[in-house]
Amino acid sequence: MRPVLLPASLEELWPLMRDHPGAAFMAGGSDLLVRLRQGLVDPPAIIGLEGIAELGLVHDEAPGWLFLGAGASHTALLEHSLVQRRLPLLAQALAVLGSPLVRNQGTLGGNLGTASPAGDTLSPLYALEAQVELRSATGSRRLAIADFILGPGRTALQAGEIIYGAWVPLAQDWSLAHFEKVGLRQALAIAVVSLAALISLDDGGVVREARLALGSVGPTVVRPRQAEQALLGRPLDAASLKAAARLVRQEVSPIDDPRASAHYRRQVAGNLLLRLARPAD
Amino acid sequence: MILHFTLNGQATRVECDPDRRVVDLLRQDLGLTGVKEACGAGECGACAILLDGVPRLSCLLLAAQLAGHEVLTIEGLAGGEAPHPLQEAFARAGAVQCGFCTPGMVLASHALLARQPRPSRQEIAQAIAGNLCRCTGYHKIIDAVRLAAGLSEDDS
Ligand SMILES: Cc1cc2nc3c(=O)[nH]c(=O)nc-3n(C[C@H](O)[C@H](O)[C@H](O)COP(=O)(O)OP(=O)(O)OC[C@H]3O[C@@H](n4cnc5c(N)ncnc54)[C@H](O)[C@@H]3O)c2cc1C
Ligand code: FES
Ligand code: FES
Repeated sequence: MRPVLLPASLEELWPLMRDHPGAAFMAGGSDLLVRLRQGLVDPPAIIGLEGIAELGLVHDEAPGWLFLGAGASHTALLEHSLVQRRLPLLAQALAVLGSPLVRNQGTLGGNLGTASPAGDTLSPLYALEAQVELRSATGSRRLAIADFILGPGRTALQAGEIIYGAWVPLAQDWSLAHFEKVGLRQALAIAVVSLAALISLDDGGVVREARLALGSVGPTVVRPRQAEQALLGRPLDAASLKAAARLVRQEVSPIDDPRASAHYRRQVAGNLLLRLARPAD
Repeated sequence: MILHFTLNGQATRVECDPDRRVVDLLRQDLGLTGVKEACGAGECGACAILLDGVPRLSCLLLAAQLAGHEVLTIEGLAGGEAPHPLQEAFARAGAVQCGFCTPGMVLASHALLARQPRPSRQEIAQAIAGNLCRCTGYHKIIDAVRLAAGLSEDDS
């Protein structure tokens, strides 16, 4: 038997964290409880975060930013009008994360905390250049997502800190926001490769800015900078995308695993780019 | 711990470990064997219950999380001897073969109809995407939900 502590506020949380060193945080439990059952973790106590209402907040009160609370479930985010209107890229990823049951249970904070290279919210957050806010009893700090995620299952979270939420800059209106994941089946598919793309075009249809983020093709999400560069100043047509796709295949560093070979992942990572082609008008 | 929650409309008090899985609490301690367990890992939806009206996975919930909340299992859906219209429709449409997925399917469908009383086939398929059925091929399950919603195949 291990204690399950359910603080109702951050004020209640901090002393519990101090009194139960080594306790595991649980948001929706859809990763933690699976790992617990597989015997991969054996924490002395579990601190459930679901009762802390402020972790579930979503708001745009800070000008230019959208805040997504770590405790918001994937369903809550997907149904939130601010996410639907302002973050279509993230909404597309949430719509294909797990299943409705997994989305009702899983949270953004859990997806960040698990730091899986296949985590479906991560590539959109990399493309959006989101920041992760960490809180402790004594303060708060914000890290770029790429500095927060250190490797598979590894983050910059320190003892005494929790993931408070993600801050997404709303600086731009993108011409194109596209998320696509290739899995082994339709529902409940873990990504074999995923692509999150944000493209800004000028009036002539020429690429002004391109942000690409690929999941499951390296230890962390990959931003293929050369491919992004290669798209600048060109129309989003088959020729420019093919050239960028070649660069993507060079920039990713996938591995073989039971779901797919590195070679297949490399090919698909490039191919996904070709889907961004816009018909000339 | 002494756990207080509402189970199928009844105030319930039960003594259990706080980290007991809800599926074990419901099946073994409380005898509600309509809650099924297959994968134990969130993949199949056989263990689905409604927690405060939301479909959740009882294999990935701990007993302590129920304190003060409302749980509905398949046993509580009809609220009496006569079957609930959804259960009636599943039987009429031939949507039950071995029946192992049925409690989770019916509860997921129930939550859908509460939100969207006239769902399209597509919306139903999406709502039950986390509930696996090894027998029916899903078409008859979708038929059943449409039937329960009073929709004929000519309606959209
Ligand atoms: C059947 C199934 C299918 C899945 N499919 C997908 C999928 O398609 N795509 C995908 O990306 N994921 C998938 N997942 C994984 C999982 O559902 C997601 O990663 C989800 O976002 C985890 O959220 P959670 O709240 O349930 O995490 P939890 O299990 O509660 O936590 C995960 C980790 O993060 C830590 N943590 C959680 N919240 C905080 C916080 N606020 N501060 C500090 N640490 C915290 C926990 O300690 C734990 O280490 C799937 C899982 C299952 C069971
Ligand atoms: S037993 Fe819970 S999802 Fe399969
Ligand atoms: S009827 Fe057998 S699994 Fe669905």
